[in-house]
Amino acid sequence: MPEATRRIVIEPLTRVEGHGKVSILLDDNNRVAQARLHIVEFRGFERFIQGRPFWELPVLVQRLCGICPVSHHLCAAKAIDGIIGVDQLTPTGEKMRRLMHYGQIFQSHALHFFHLASPDLLFGFDAPVEKRNVIGVIAEHPDLAVQGVMMRKFGQEIIKATAGKKVHGTGAIPGGINKNLSIAERDELLAEVDQMMEWSLKAVEIARQYTLTNLATVSEFGAFDSNHLSLVRADGAMDLYDGKLRAIAADGSQIIDQVAPLDYLDEIAEEVRSWSYMKFPFLKKLGPETGWFRVGPLARVNACDFIDTPKAEAARREFFEVTDGVPSNLTMAYHWSRMIELLHSVEVIGDLLHDGDLQGDDLVAPPGERRGEYVAMLEAPRGTLTHHYRVDENDQVTMANLIVSTTCNNEAMNRAVAKIAEDEISGAPEITEGLLNNIEVGVRAYDPCLSCATHALGQMPLEVKLIDAEGNTVDRRTRP
Amino acid sequence: MSDRRIAFTIDGRKIEARAGQTVLEAAEEAGVYVPRLCWMKGLTPAGACRVCTVRVNGRPQSACTQPAAPGMIVENDTEELRELRRDVIDMLFVEGNHFCMFCEKSGACELQALAYRFGIAAPKYPFMFPRRELDASHPDIFIDRNRCILCGRCVRASQELDGKHVFDFVGRGRDKRIAVDAEAGLGDTDCAATDRAIDACPTGSLLRKRVGFAVPVGRREFDRQPIGSDIERPAAAE
Repeated sequence: MPEATRRIVIEPLTRVEGHGKVSILLDDNNRVAQARLHIVEFRGFERFIQGRPFWELPVLVQRLCGICPVSHHLCAAKAIDGIIGVDQLTPTGEKMRRLMHYGQIFQSHALHFFHLASPDLLFGFDAPVEKRNVIGVIAEHPDLAVQGVMMRKFGQEIIKATAGKKVHGTGAIPGGINKNLSIAERDELLAEVDQMMEWSLKAVEIARQYTLTNLATVSEFGAFDSNHLSLVRADGAMDLYDGKLRAIAADGSQIIDQVAPLDYLDEIAEEVRSWSYMKFPFLKKLGPETGWFRVGPLARVNACDFIDTPKAEAARREFFEVTDGVPSNLTMAYHWSRMIELLHSVEVIGDLLHDGDLQGDDLVAPPGERRGEYVAMLEAPRGTLTHHYRVDENDQVTMANLIVSTTCNNEAMNRAVAKIAEDEISGAPEITEGLLNNIEVGVRAYDPCLSCATHALGQMPLEVKLIDAEGNTVDRRTRP
Repeated sequence: MSDRRIAFTIDGRKIEARAGQTVLEAAEEAGVYVPRLCWMKGLTPAGACRVCTVRVNGRPQSACTQPAAPGMIVENDTEELRELRRDVIDMLFVEGNHFCMFCEKSGACELQALAYRFGIAAPKYPFMFPRRELDASHPDIFIDRNRCILCGRCVRASQELDGKHVFDFVGRGRDKRIAVDAEAGLGDTDCAATDRAIDACPTGSLLRKRVGFAVPVGRREFDRQPIGSDIERPAAAE
């Protein structure tokens, strides 16, 4: 701990996925010296999958998470495609996987916006905790609460139709997919698309209006300049299932572009800090001090040149009207960009459902030349996800490295907490209700999945501790 | 074998067996399911798993090894025996490392299917978490001993159906495990991917490599109906 500081700890954090706590270190003048989002649980997935046969991985590693298992399922499947030498899936294999992935993005974004974030946006950060929750939303905005449920259900039905189960399915297999989409499944989903589109457009409008109405607040709230990283298609379009890495600086200038996932180690490294099980990735070109970046909806909307579906592209242009065309660096802009992606997802889903390739029978591409090592990436709901495996000649995994989205946002979440704490409590060594609320709102904007990020187990409540220069806890508040 | 019919009852239902048939075989022919794991059609019965335990004239016997005899009174589907079988299945689960959630045999596994049939949502005994060896040395076959229940079906199938002796038991008690007849592992044996011993495994312990999850959820063997449903016929239909 830095000399002459006090520490505030917030534990547990609520309405995020996983378990974490926050420490705020104060100096002798009770000013914020540093804030730390501790990820204190550990699961060790990367170690215990060693020795397992490679074809098991897509089903095994998705058990990291019950919220976006599809991301891990598909990312592992993509890596295994590479291991068995499949560089191009069949049209049915590729499109079924894409449908599964966009269904996943859709349900996850709907869940986050309507059920986790909307209480903060609808009632204000300082509204009483008793009201500022999903039950409060159901009571005062029943239409929105129902939309959230129905939208999540739609995404889950897509996952079931493509993966066999709503949670932890088996659809993606090495080289392809194990089923196509029946006409009956297609028609059931198609019947819902127009409604989903209408609600998605409304959700974008809610997020946009919220941001514009509260522009003065959100321009300051947990805001800071950062680099942004995401996959983009070869032509610079947003692509959530595949693509190559692009990193841009806070002003929009490119740092790296079209870096293949296989070359990620040339560009990205991870730093370990003693107080968290979650690592800190950074761009090697810039180093750990300035090379950290944000991922997820905000980074993706910032990094892409355009979105190739018309409604989402129109929404993206509106987003950039506010920033005069340069990237947005506001923590709270995550909500708006997340809803632009929600809209993009339903547009992609609608297009895919009209594609006859989904009813094809050519499900799996034949294996090519075997590789001992492969790296796959995709854009999970929370950001860039990397799976890196080595497999020996007996088909057993010898090494795994999983860099998940929340890990990429680690530094950013710490910065957001520090900024919020500085604005809220400097000079008063006390954890106020307002501080607790604001820290939660700030962290929640990143939609962190802490269980994934540490490959961790358990519930996710919030604890905040205030610790003084001698290391004594001077205040502590928890929220179950 | 004579054509003489042997009459006995199972749970009060009249059964006719042919001479030489076991209780389990006669029951199956008559449409009565006796749960089993180590028994497999075409193999010498071993009486090893005890899942098929019935009461014969009041005495517990394994139905797969008990020859049918005239006038026997067999109890099969009683609460007492269901409870006993549940316990046996339960112990098989906790004795190994059975993680159905990522096992490719899930949905087609006889052990899992029996647990579903008997309504076992979670084991009542503590997990033993044994340390078990994998053997991936064969180019086409994978052994995961975590999922082995020591039923011996692969041992018998290799000898009786494949004319080989690839598998056998070594060790005793809780250290008992399946071994192969080469020190370097399965890859050094004459085991082939076409061996019927591989199909004999009721769990995900003996697997053909790179098959994995090719069968989608909903189309796996026990997705459609509980294990034993293909055997069961109501008495009235006879």
